[in-house]
Amino acid sequence: MQNHIAINGLRVAVSGGTSGLGLALVRRLTAEGARVAFVARSRAAVEQIAQETGALGIAGDIGCKADIYPIALQITGNLGGLDVLINNASNLGPMPLALLADTECEDLERTLAVNVLGAFRLTKALFGALAAAARNQGGALVFNISSDAAVNAYPGWGAYGASKAALRHLTAIWAEEAKADRVGFLSFDPGDMDTPLHALAVPDADRSTLKRPEHSAAEIVEAMRAHLSSRVEHFVEAHA
Amino acid sequence: MSAADRSERRAAKLLTLDATGRVRDVPRTELASLFTPGDLVIANDAATLPASLRGMHERSGEPIEIRLAAWVAAADPTHFVALAFGAGDHRLSTEDRAAPPPLLSGDRLCLGPLIAIIERRLGHPRLVVLRFLGERHTVLGGIARHGRPVQYAYVAEPLALWDVWTRIAGNPLAFEPPSAGFVLDWGTLGAWRRRGVGFATLTHAAGLSSTGDPALDLQLPFAEPFCIPVGTAAAVNRAKSEGRRIIAVGTTVVRALESSGAADGRVRAGRGVARGRLGRGSRLRIVNAILTGVHQAGESHFELLHAFADEETLNQIAALAEARGYRPHEFGDSMLIEHQVGAPSQRGLGRAGRA
Repeated sequence: MQNHIAINGLRVAVSGGTSGLGLALVRRLTAEGARVAFVARSRAAVEQIAQETGALGIAGDIGCKADIYPIALQITGNLGGLDVLINNASNLGPMPLALLADTECEDLERTLAVNVLGAFRLTKALFGALAAAARNQGGALVFNISSDAAVNAYPGWGAYGASKAALRHLTAIWAEEAKADRVGFLSFDPGDMDTPLHALAVPDADRSTLKRPEHSAAEIVEAMRAHLSSRVEHFVEAHA
Repeated sequence: MSAADRSERRAAKLLTLDATGRVRDVPRTELASLFTPGDLVIANDAATLPASLRGMHERSGEPIEIRLAAWVAAADPTHFVALAFGAGDHRLSTEDRAAPPPLLSGDRLCLGPLIAIIERRLGHPRLVVLRFLGERHTVLGGIARHGRPVQYAYVAEPLALWDVWTRIAGNPLAFEPPSAGFVLDWGTLGAWRRRGVGFATLTHAAGLSSTGDPALDLQLPFAEPFCIPVGTAAAVNRAKSEGRRIIAVGTTVVRALESSGAADGRVRAGRGVARGRLGRGSRLRIVNAILTGVHQAGESHFELLHAFADEETLNQIAALAEARGYRPHEFGDSMLIEHQVGAPSQRGLGRAGRA
């Protein structure tokens, strides 16, 4: 409670904001007073969630190169800048899950286009805004949503696992490169959650054993708070 | 923009004129090692709107292109000063484009998903104030999806937004790219940081650079809103008080800093509006050097350089740049012009530039 100030007024963008973890994040962040923009493909779902939460909804496809700059422009144009980007939109790969030898190239391409290239493109398009927030407010942050499939070799999860491994390493390298610009990069593994994505992948899962996405969203917001409380110290030092 | 153009950018050249009048020719990749520890580089971090919108003038049924040219109120995407063009596209140079159909107050324009109303004309058949119907975020979404960057006749392939955003682009407030900033990349900024060269930004809503109409061009640049962050103003004032150089990346940075600089030579943080032109006779209070594109005599950007050096010097380096094949357009080569010792500025502050 004492730290609500850290989130209040923060400018946050979330990709994949109309279901699962993304939706839980949009709800949690708006409830804590953040100024939130979210992106999803379905215009109807975007409008519904925007109405419900008061967040700014943007219809667009993270996996489509031509959509990225119009999305970035709407994020910064509406929020007046950006403090935190959460690359959450994910593509699961072939449905139902398939062995790699049975995976169509096009399915792998689509998964990489959303989970790796999409996150890279959107981050790159918004990096100027994030770095400006870091210069002017002391720090900025990019969360890339990862998975234990990025580390462990689960049969049937080839496309998704390879894409998340690539994203995880991209995040680690970017974290090193952007340190001096005070733009933080974090991979976050939210665990196996009871989400539409999980239901697609494992239709017969025992849902009672799965984590609630609200729980993971709360963990991400806590990590955000912890990271950004240090930016205030940096900022005070820099301008002392 | 093709890959070839991108590698051309990396092979770009830089002509430098130092405070004593010495001229050097260096590859632009040397930018990372060009400045002295203690120098403070200031750049414009505005991103560029896709300011060109095509559609139809409803009353006449004729095609129309609108180029958003300036804000009526900063960052309010429902209200703009705009230029109108008739049939044809960017492959015709701006000067040769057809006039728009006659525009009257109240006329409706259908621009893709957007409807705009002509509010009033501004003393010229091409220049209007228009208002988009709808809420701000809906209008901005329409501009983001339907708009295209202002195109240039000399660039064969249509420019996309990623071609006109600089590496440091943040808030979409400019109507044409603050193109001097194309020289910056994160590698160069890192090299500066390691060498003790300071870097800070301001945001200046660069307007259209040319209308294609000599009478209208005389009105350029339009009033341009800017914002100087607290940290940037503090860094500039600290550098000035310690006698360190301020290097502006682009004419927009010079305009913003000089507009905000008070008579005491200190910069104020916050929002402001840059009006009027800087040029011969203007006294620079803040900026010591400008890193800019290669501009040609007569352009408003070239006129601003007269604040840094006299006519004869500028003509000499313009001729030199031409003779050495410097490319003059937005995506071309660069010049670094340091304020000339003895030129009419800063003497008033008791400083004569650096030896």
